[in-house]
Amino acid sequence: MTAPPGLQVQGLCKRFGGVTAVDDASLGVAPGELHALIGPNGAGKTTFIQLVSGAERADAGRIVLDGTEIGSLPMHRRVARGLARSFQISSVFAAFTVLENVALAIQARSRTHCAVWRPVVAQAALFEDARRVLDDVGLGSRQDVTAGALSHGERRRLEIGLTVATGARLLLLDEPLAGLGPDESARVVALLRSFKGRTSILLVEHDMDAVFQLADRISVLVYGRAIATGAPQAIRADPEVQRAYLGESAA
Amino acid sequence: MVSTLHIGLRPLPTLLLVAALVLLPVALMAVDQPFYIVLASRVLIYALIASSLNLLIGYGGMVSLGHACFVGAGAYTAAVLVRGGLDLAWLTWPAAALAGGSLAAMIGVVSLRTRGVYFIMITLAFAQMAYYVVVSLRVLGGDDGLTLPRRAGYGFGLDPSADMTFYYAVLGVVLLLMAGLRQLLNAPLGRALQAIRDNDVRMEAIGFPVFRIQLAGFVIAGAAAGLGGSLLADLNQQVSPSLLHWTQSGTLMVMVILGGVGRFLGGVLGAAVLLLAQEFLSDVTTHTALGVGLVLLAVVVFAPAGLAGLWRQVAR
Repeated sequence: MTAPPGLQVQGLCKRFGGVTAVDDASLGVAPGELHALIGPNGAGKTTFIQLVSGAERADAGRIVLDGTEIGSLPMHRRVARGLARSFQISSVFAAFTVLENVALAIQARSRTHCAVWRPVVAQAALFEDARRVLDDVGLGSRQDVTAGALSHGERRRLEIGLTVATGARLLLLDEPLAGLGPDESARVVALLRSFKGRTSILLVEHDMDAVFQLADRISVLVYGRAIATGAPQAIRADPEVQRAYLGESAA
Repeated sequence: MVSTLHIGLRPLPTLLLVAALVLLPVALMAVDQPFYIVLASRVLIYALIASSLNLLIGYGGMVSLGHACFVGAGAYTAAVLVRGGLDLAWLTWPAAALAGGSLAAMIGVVSLRTRGVYFIMITLAFAQMAYYVVVSLRVLGGDDGLTLPRRAGYGFGLDPSADMTFYYAVLGVVLLLMAGLRQLLNAPLGRALQAIRDNDVRMEAIGFPVFRIQLAGFVIAGAAAGLGGSLLADLNQQVSPSLLHWTQSGTLMVMVILGGVGRFLGGVLGAAVLLLAQEFLSDVTTHTALGVGLVLLAVVVFAPAGLAGLWRQVAR
């Protein structure tokens, strides 16, 4: 298996009217690295994901995936190049079964993804691959349930499964632990750990225990700027990071 | 179980339905009611047109209130060709489908950049523009429309002016297109359309070109509606701007809702029930719209999946 791709983001900017959500932000995800992006509420983390994934167009800056500038590509073309994102609020196909959900994501990268003749159900390979992904995310026994009937925790795992099933090897994960209890949380942390080395991950997460357990490096986003990047221990000790988290007056 | 979305084909009911449709004109001749052969042809044509709209609304989540303009494009194309002496169905059918599909491509490229209520309004606006273009063009007969000197022929010594021959031609086209629609819905493109209806943002995020897929669905539906329009032109031997009027789009939408949004036979059932109700209620009362309105209300309230979803609802 070839090395997973790396990501370089330079000088990314996004303004909404008078509000600058992302302000000259730069960071890099090395191949195979799990890079966490943290920051206080409203720092622009989700906007950053929106821009890198292609859901929104940046006002300025460069986004380079594996040496290729992708900043002008629509989202689906970025997925084809191996970059896929997950959503903070689970976004699944509620009327489809769990298996069909994942099969769709696999269909997306097959050459016949928009063919008009051969029935989907006759394409056994699609569903075999989908079952493998479901086993990985621990939903193998739930494949025939409609996604709308899943519990919150299961839906979070399906969310990750959909992202992985695209075949992308640079994942942008937007708070995969959001709203999970300790047991479910531990499961997802173990899942993310199993991805390490095989895929490059940019992880946005509020759960600091998980971040410090998983991350190879951490970047801190404050007011749309990446104010620090480094190993978890260095970030923990960084006075500027502490100030950002504890507030100006406490510093 | 691999899929709940796959539209299966139950051999026995399908065979019975097709056999009934094939034998219908023979039976009507036997009881000396040939007039109803024309009515049956009309029902079949509208079943096709309503099914093409169901592809958009029910399976694609694209609630278009301008579907009649594609019907009109096909009907006028066929009328102009037949009047010009090019009166072979093998020519008028594809030409009408091409006209409907091309118009759908142009309207779709603009409309599909909007969502929800804006999409409804912009498709309505385009359809009304098409309506006024047709009304104001003298070569298309303006308000009066055009008459066709004869129906488009099929060769092989078949006489299209015989209502029974025409019925079988229509039946053949409709069965073929319904089979094609089923194939399409079960194929990757059909699956993608339904997934976009459910969650377009996620579809883009897993790598589908959402806009292009929706445009493909829109063009296919427009082409089918155009072909239906050419059959209507043949049936009536006359086309008029009323074919394109927005109330016609509304009627098609009523058929789909009545029959079952996103149910495979929804358009067929809706067209049959609405047209037959209009036909037979008009013998009893002049207020057919009231009766149809009450039925529609009952369906929306008590059977939101439409008549096609009713038996499943009852069985539960």
